[in-house]
Amino acid sequence: MISVIDYGVGNLFSLCSSLRCVGAEVQVSADPAVLEQADKLVLPGVGAFGDAADKLRATGLDQLVIKQAKKGVPVLGICLGMQLLFEESLEYGRHKGLGLLAGRVVPMEGAIPEKLKIPHIGWNALQPVAESPLLRDVKPGDCVYFVHSYYADGCADSLVATAEYGIPITAMVQKGNVMGCQFHPEKSGPVGLAILRAFCEEEGKA
Amino acid sequence: MITKRIIPCLDVRDGRVVKGVNFKGLSDVSDPVELARYYSENGADELVFYDITASAEGRKLFTEILCRVAETIFIPLTVGGGVNTLEDFDRVLKCGADKVSVNSGAIRDPELIRRAAQRYGNQCVVLSADIKRVNGRFQVFAKGGREDTGIEAIGWLRRGVELGAGEVVVNSIDTDGVKQGFDLELLDEVCRAVPVPVIASGGAGSRQDFVELFKKVPSVDAGLAASVFHFGEIAIPDLKQTLWENDIIVRR
Repeated sequence: MISVIDYGVGNLFSLCSSLRCVGAEVQVSADPAVLEQADKLVLPGVGAFGDAADKLRATGLDQLVIKQAKKGVPVLGICLGMQLLFEESLEYGRHKGLGLLAGRVVPMEGAIPEKLKIPHIGWNALQPVAESPLLRDVKPGDCVYFVHSYYADGCADSLVATAEYGIPITAMVQKGNVMGCQFHPEKSGPVGLAILRAFCEEEGKA
Repeated sequence: MITKRIIPCLDVRDGRVVKGVNFKGLSDVSDPVELARYYSENGADELVFYDITASAEGRKLFTEILCRVAETIFIPLTVGGGVNTLEDFDRVLKCGADKVSVNSGAIRDPELIRRAAQRYGNQCVVLSADIKRVNGRFQVFAKGGREDTGIEAIGWLRRGVELGAGEVVVNSIDTDGVKQGFDLELLDEVCRAVPVPVIASGGAGSRQDFVELFKKVPSVDAGLAASVFHFGEIAIPDLKQTLWENDIIVRR
């Protein structure tokens, strides 16, 4: 059973549909007791980092994610959910993340050439830079769908794929059982589904 | 690098996809769910669904169809038509839409853009405008292109983006349905005026029209069309091959 963590941000309809499409049993829950039983966890997220981190803390689900991740339960963060895995974010002030991965989330503004539009929105090609089970069926140049204005920086020890947008933007991360996609695999057609399938079929350590 | 997007647009009335020429003389084309599945499996980068229903029953049917579409396809989905309030945003986003397109509703109440952007994020709010030349000036038309609002178009789009719209769809009434190419003059002006992605709509008749669009107005992000895709005059994989051969980067 894969549990999608519901902490009150964003719509989980497409994410759940896509996980079911690749054959996963999926439940959405905000209940720590239920989430504790899950074989795998998905941490979604849209909106601003500070709000999302506050909501995760207010529900106590931050500690649940950290505890399960440390036990070896595979965790997949998506978009803002991926950003939350890092130590901190500089989006509208300085906000603490879950600290499961080394690195911090910084604005694209000032880091990418001025002529490029922000947010980075649309289909961009993945460039694998390290091996990862998530990349099992991904070929260099396969495109996935991004929508974001901030990106994870200083995350060399977990970086597994980038996308070129003036600079190499962190697209996928993985360190052991902790994984993340900056893009939306549930909106990335067959390539996105292949990544979700790889996550669903990955053997957990739990 | 980010790819240029190809977007089929599905106008839905009473549960069926329709397409008008110059916004008049609508004719039935196909089942929305089947058409959406076909496009998502055949290279469309995104889909736009416009609800052109007037009745409450039609709206309920549209919302049901939308949920079925969102369960079926795994590419971004934009929904427009009859979006006048935050409740309308909520209704379609709950069905799995990723972005909501506002047109007449934003003309009546521009603050709708700001409120929606604050609640759902700028990336969620698409400002769509039907634009026509009137005495040499670009003007915004409302009610599906039937009513001249007298509002100057470029200024309107700029204001919409300042209020929080994350993308704009520029639909040229002058070129719509004529199939003689996109309105490059209008699109070039819009691209100079707004810092957000610009989606070109109205006038696509051939693969070459898309090549011209992306070559002559390189800052346009996407090309949107309906009938040329629905009637099979342009197959999206062939279109992408042509674009690729012309050094225009697309997802394949």
